[in-house]
Amino acid sequence: MPSSERQLRQLADRAKFVRTETVRLTRIAGAGHYSAVFSCAELFAVLYYSQLRVDPARPDWPERDRFVLSKGHAAIGLYPLLADLGYFDPSELDSYTRLGSPFGDHPDMKRIPGVDFSSGSLGHGLSVSAGMAMAARMSGSDYRTYCLLGDGELAEGQIWEAAMSASHFGLGNLVAIVDANQLGIDGFVRDVMAAEPIEQRFAAFGWQPHRVDGHDLGALLDVFAALPEPGGRQPQVVIADTVKGKGVARMELSPDWHVGNLAGADYDDVLAELGTEERV
Amino acid sequence: MSAQDQSEIFNGLKDTRSADGTDTRAIPAFVFGEELADLAENDPRIVVLTADLGRSNRALDFAARHPERFVNVGIAEKNMITMAAGMASCGYVPFAATFGSFAALLCAEQIRTDCAYPGLPVRVVGHHSGMSMGFYGTSHHSLEDLGMMRTIADLTVVCATDANHLRALLRLSLDHPGAMYLRLGRGRDPEVYDTLPDLVLGRATTLREGADLTIIATGSEVHPAMEAAELLAAQGIAARVVDMWTVSPLDREAVLDAASSTGAILTVEEGNVTGGLGSAVAEVLFESGARTPFRRHGVPDEHVPVGPPAALYAHYRLDAPGIAGVAQEHFY
Repeated sequence: MPSSERQLRQLADRAKFVRTETVRLTRIAGAGHYSAVFSCAELFAVLYYSQLRVDPARPDWPERDRFVLSKGHAAIGLYPLLADLGYFDPSELDSYTRLGSPFGDHPDMKRIPGVDFSSGSLGHGLSVSAGMAMAARMSGSDYRTYCLLGDGELAEGQIWEAAMSASHFGLGNLVAIVDANQLGIDGFVRDVMAAEPIEQRFAAFGWQPHRVDGHDLGALLDVFAALPEPGGRQPQVVIADTVKGKGVARMELSPDWHVGNLAGADYDDVLAELGTEERV
Repeated sequence: MSAQDQSEIFNGLKDTRSADGTDTRAIPAFVFGEELADLAENDPRIVVLTADLGRSNRALDFAARHPERFVNVGIAEKNMITMAAGMASCGYVPFAATFGSFAALLCAEQIRTDCAYPGLPVRVVGHHSGMSMGFYGTSHHSLEDLGMMRTIADLTVVCATDANHLRALLRLSLDHPGAMYLRLGRGRDPEVYDTLPDLVLGRATTLREGADLTIIATGSEVHPAMEAAELLAAQGIAARVVDMWTVSPLDREAVLDAASSTGAILTVEEGNVTGGLGSAVAEVLFESGARTPFRRHGVPDEHVPVGPPAALYAHYRLDAPGIAGVAQEHFY
């Protein structure tokens, strides 16, 4: 089914919301992972406003789809969406990174409704997701588990333990998404520790790969719509080609912006570039 | 052939003597799989995972009765612990078992970050702990696991003394909120408890009374400690024996009572004296101001050499005569 213009505009608006909220909230912390969020803003929008079977009124609903943010440092982009969907009041985010706040750089499942697992240590999320998918099988539930990984993160060996086990166990209810934004901290992934060829690597581990432009909302909707039913026996991976820092010229594919701080005139300029005035 | 024998032959451990030299072939101590299978009949939350060691830890006994609730991840221990955490987040109570070294050392981060920190009810079972893998050498020994695990906040650390004690620990764990590390031996521990003991976390079990000396032991060293108390009694030294199976939370009252009511304290563990049970007891003692004569007994901060388990226990004086000798030499 072709996605409607209206739906695409709504999703584009939500992706922009992720970017502008990230800029606004990071100012509270004084530093943050802007660029790692900007590469997956469209992915967040598609997952939370189109794909995930969730109910903000019942964050512990056992039949809900699960989402594991394995690249946990992108949490600042997730929090505003959870608030917008009604998991908690947006004003709670004013405490971001303050002493004792539930909202830190990485998500906390015990204190934030809507967060399915506490992440931050790279390489664990796919194992978590395989466990959740296994639990779905054991309990006879048809929920899907989605796991968002980074391309630099693919150097972590535990991911490949999980990948090997997912196909061995026939976890067709598991969908990994790789935010292939090409950059880590010390430079381009291809120079530091090359992750490519990502499709072939996952395919060799028994997964069904899909490759897509991670900023093309229509293409993203199509790839998710084409996924087999969760009852299938082959885990699925969506490799999204993205641009780290997408949306802000000075950040796009720049190795200097993994962690940054926008203040003063820089803050205003970037918000203007993203196309909004600051919400009060 | 018994399940125990299958386990031992698989591990190549033909020496069936326990730490104090008892021939243990008749002792069915490795009840882990069967006991969980029994409990799982009425508790749908229980799942068991292993990393290709089902023949060693007898998880296969569970798998035979509940195949749909058993997960073998192959030789991928990190995946096992973290998958268990994912399953726990969905309402299951997972028991994930592998050798102590691969549970606690290899997976220390997974235990801390994926299980303990989010407060998930994962039961990490480290079996064949200490030097019980004998001639397999250091790669398969875990002298450091008690020390490492007890420094993790929100992780309960317990040691199984014998088969009945293990059964009681497994039952205790079912409704315990939060993560646990269960340290098991190789299933050759002679009987200490002839029935299932009533266990309360944070409360040690005093097995024998005496006013001259308290031996605080855990796990595989409890039975030799009891035998050592007999040897000491023949020398006119009356020893209290405390089974400190609850390493974290430690029974501080038991330690302080031993300090005020008995003449000396000796801790005994199948592990490095640095950081484990002995260090935990020392912390309580010294901060309390008590100046009771005290010594930690275990492996003296070295890698254990190759050798059959019984020979190693004798070498490190972790058998009954060794413990009694250490007590006599140090305190008398």
